[in-house]
Amino acid sequence: MKNLLKAQDLKAYYRLVGGTEIRAVDGVTLQLRPHEVLGIAGESGCGKSTLAAVMSLTHNPPLRVMDGLIMANGSNLLSLPPEQVRRKIKGTYISVVPQGAMNALNPTQRVRNFAIDMLQEHHPEMKKSEATDLAQSRLTDLSLPVRVLDSYPHELSGGMKQRAIIVLSTLLDPKVLIADEPTSALDVSSQRSVIRLLLTLLGEGIITSIAFITHELPLLRQVADRIAIMYAGKLVEVGTMEEIIFDPRHPYTKALMGSMLVPEKHVREQRIEAIPGVPPDLKNPPDGCRFHPRCPRRQEICSREEPLAKTVGDRTTWCWLMQ
Amino acid sequence: MVLANAVTQPEGVRLLLEVENLTKIFGSARNEVVAVDNISFGIYPGEVMSLLGESGSGKSTTARMILRLSKPTKGRIIFKGQDISTLKDIDYWRQVQMIFQDPFSSFNSFYSVHSFLGKAFRLTNNHLSESERTARMEQSMESVGLNAAELLFKRPHELSGGQRQRLMIARALLIGPDLLVADEPTSMIDASSRVGILNMLMDLSRKHKMSILFITHDIGLAYYTSDRLLIMNEGKIVEEGTAEAVVDAPAQPYTKRLLADVPTLRKAWDEEQELA
Repeated sequence: MKNLLKAQDLKAYYRLVGGTEIRAVDGVTLQLRPHEVLGIAGESGCGKSTLAAVMSLTHNPPLRVMDGLIMANGSNLLSLPPEQVRRKIKGTYISVVPQGAMNALNPTQRVRNFAIDMLQEHHPEMKKSEATDLAQSRLTDLSLPVRVLDSYPHELSGGMKQRAIIVLSTLLDPKVLIADEPTSALDVSSQRSVIRLLLTLLGEGIITSIAFITHELPLLRQVADRIAIMYAGKLVEVGTMEEIIFDPRHPYTKALMGSMLVPEKHVREQRIEAIPGVPPDLKNPPDGCRFHPRCPRRQEICSREEPLAKTVGDRTTWCWLMQ
Repeated sequence: MVLANAVTQPEGVRLLLEVENLTKIFGSARNEVVAVDNISFGIYPGEVMSLLGESGSGKSTTARMILRLSKPTKGRIIFKGQDISTLKDIDYWRQVQMIFQDPFSSFNSFYSVHSFLGKAFRLTNNHLSESERTARMEQSMESVGLNAAELLFKRPHELSGGQRQRLMIARALLIGPDLLVADEPTSMIDASSRVGILNMLMDLSRKHKMSILFITHDIGLAYYTSDRLLIMNEGKIVEEGTAEAVVDAPAQPYTKRLLADVPTLRKAWDEEQELA
């Protein structure tokens, strides 16, 4: 089936004063398929939030797209005029819940005004009462209390704020929802209610697919259909949830999986080891495979040449061991 | 009341820290918030324990009272047999140290690593020469896996989050406390370095017979590191036991619900259980 959204050889760098470049996303090709939750996981600084910003077309200087395409419906969204992106793509085709969105609500405005502003941006002729009605009926459909519209942000719990933002961000039925760490500041019970809402939006057909960015692999094990693992600006492994969680192949994916602390027996049965070293500085990433300085299975070629993509079924791995 | 743990401690070992009927109430009489509601527990020498709870459960308020950063409304805290409200700050903090959640805001960016660590000697009261101090600093940095030769004269912004948190631990070690209170020590640290820091804390606890009290919402962390878990909810301790007992066979409905909502790797979320 056709992809909803595809990043093709995407390179997005932060260009700093003095000409230094931080190569946060450095040659990423990734598809979002219809009717899936695609998890994008990695440690902080791996480029996952940068990828989310570019894929949702919300990137701003100093972040620049240096190369590559974002394809949807046969056109490259990066080459569309900004006005068209604002009216025809954002909110209607792609909607984004950026990291920390729940703390970005205007504290002096009732939540309702956020919905009105958003809807009138796309439908200037829409009356305030119509916008409110639309938001109300959507909340009711999703079994959320309508009172959140009359509340100020500080009157809502973190989980309720995040759910309200997700509902309001999807009022225009976007095909794609990009959610960047939507649950990372929440308690486990609120986290689960946010996840339940996302899955309901998918199940009801309000949205078609979700790109879920997180550093928490156990969470992706619960919600994702496919998982992409990023390291130092590049993808290292993409596969189905089962492949990545239960049978990781890339040494980085293996090490990352092995360092997860979950309340399950295997965690207490043996000492869990950290990955030695630290991720590289993306101003000056290492040659070859970017994981090679920390890799327990590095070969001579790993420090010289970048690994090529190797695809078997749904899984693609970028590692010389797989060649 | 002291809840002793007969499983991990031999008889006759005295508690290092005893919390007795501790209560903290915020706000005025008309608008009271009972943050900590009459809790009691004890920590043995060398024991690693976690106070586990969601936000608003009162776990950090409890930690602040143990650290003497906040005064209890009722109840008392006994350290090595003495009520801590009768001890001098300097005498207490020589024996009880802390590390915090945010390794990025725990440092004054004007001070180098050397002068930051140097301030720890103000607590330890011993009059060491400059070269002896530096030697001790190097030793404690090496023991937390930091390269002293490379880092001693750097400033905080030149260190990664993991390195800063290790430095906080190195500082605590210079003081050589009997109890280390660690409030969400790895929540801002990457998964790959997080286990390394926890392993190091567990090793140091064993080597120096230092007790550690983790204050955390992270059940995975608590389960991996701790001998005993205390589950807190709405200011009360709702369940207490060995890590295995609490996680494998939770007795209280709150603990059961909490564990059911935690995403794990081997099992998918059970929707039936959640709706029950």
